[in-house]
Amino acid sequence: MWELLFRVLGKHTPNSRIHAKERLRLVLVHDRASISPYLMNRLKEDLIRVISNYMIIDEEGMEVHLDQDEQEVALIASIPIKKIRRDYMERAQTS
Amino acid sequence: MGETIVVTSGKGGVGKTTTTANLGTALAFAGFKVVLVDTDIGLRNLDVVMGLENRIVYDIVDVTSGNCRLKQALIKDKRFDSLYLLPAAQTKDKTAVSPDEMEALCEELQDEFDYTLIDCPAGIEQGFYNAIAGADKAIVVATPEVSAVRDADRIIGLLESADLRNPKLIVNRIRPRMVKQGDMMDIEDIVDILAIDLLGVVPEDEKIIVSTNRGEPAVMDVVSQAGEAYRRIAQRIRGEEVPLMNLDVSNSIMNKLRRLVGMR
Repeated sequence: MWELLFRVLGKHTPNSRIHAKERLRLVLVHDRASISPYLMNRLKEDLIRVISNYMIIDEEGMEVHLDQDEQEVALIASIPIKKIRRDYMERAQTS
Repeated sequence: MGETIVVTSGKGGVGKTTTTANLGTALAFAGFKVVLVDTDIGLRNLDVVMGLENRIVYDIVDVTSGNCRLKQALIKDKRFDSLYLLPAAQTKDKTAVSPDEMEALCEELQDEFDYTLIDCPAGIEQGFYNAIAGADKAIVVATPEVSAVRDADRIIGLLESADLRNPKLIVNRIRPRMVKQGDMMDIEDIVDILAIDLLGVVPEDEKIIVSTNRGEPAVMDVVSQAGEAYRRIAQRIRGEEVPLMNLDVSNSIMNKLRRLVGMR
């Protein structure tokens, strides 16, 4: 309703330019690193599998993404730990 | 020895052909010997934009496959004696020419012309690799849209890995009024994201459609804003330093009134 009124008055509701720039930035981070969302998911699953040998993690709260500045792309993972496995020493030795 | 510049974009419909035609015409107008090469085999268009479609006898594939000599296939422009077009073939596909053949062709053209401008097809398939094979420099055309800038980014990566370093950017079809309203990405946004040098900015201009209808590049139209922008870009290609066009939209009461009654 307001939007319609604004449009009639020639005023403007916020700023699609910012949207465009932000979406572009995100899409290019992936393009430039050549990692598709599919690959990213595979990576995440692999990470979970490996880390689970040592500790119990909160898979829901896990975040993995690429971070990029002008010089480099970094893989940033935030993985909340629920519990360290008590038997990890033995598991490491036997495997 | 002349310079070979390829005009690329990745995405289709952003103005590669219009840019090639206008820059070539502006450079010829300034007295240089210029040849425009259409490498969009199967979908040729530079001939109609230049208004030369009725004069085609031979095409680029005839040259590379040895059916005719290069000189026989070059079409002289209607307006300028120093401007020529080498048209694409319409009945073949993009594999009819190889990168090696393109390289040899460009070398031959460079001996004769100050500027060889290559109109690259859209996409990143073989047509793209053919078009860039003989080039010394590259121009990337993008419109201020997410899709076009994204594709431009990809093309810049491919150009650089093909050793065409430092491609230059032309932002085409920008609408200053929408930028001012915050509804279109600004030049700064795009340059910032793509991180390459800006060669020029061309405003959206209905006169481009009119000039394309007539087959006369807009640089010949002294009142066309896009024409003026292309003239400036041509000067920059020649190494002159020219300020960007002033694209400020005046907010005069008259303009607001015009907008209100739908006159612009």
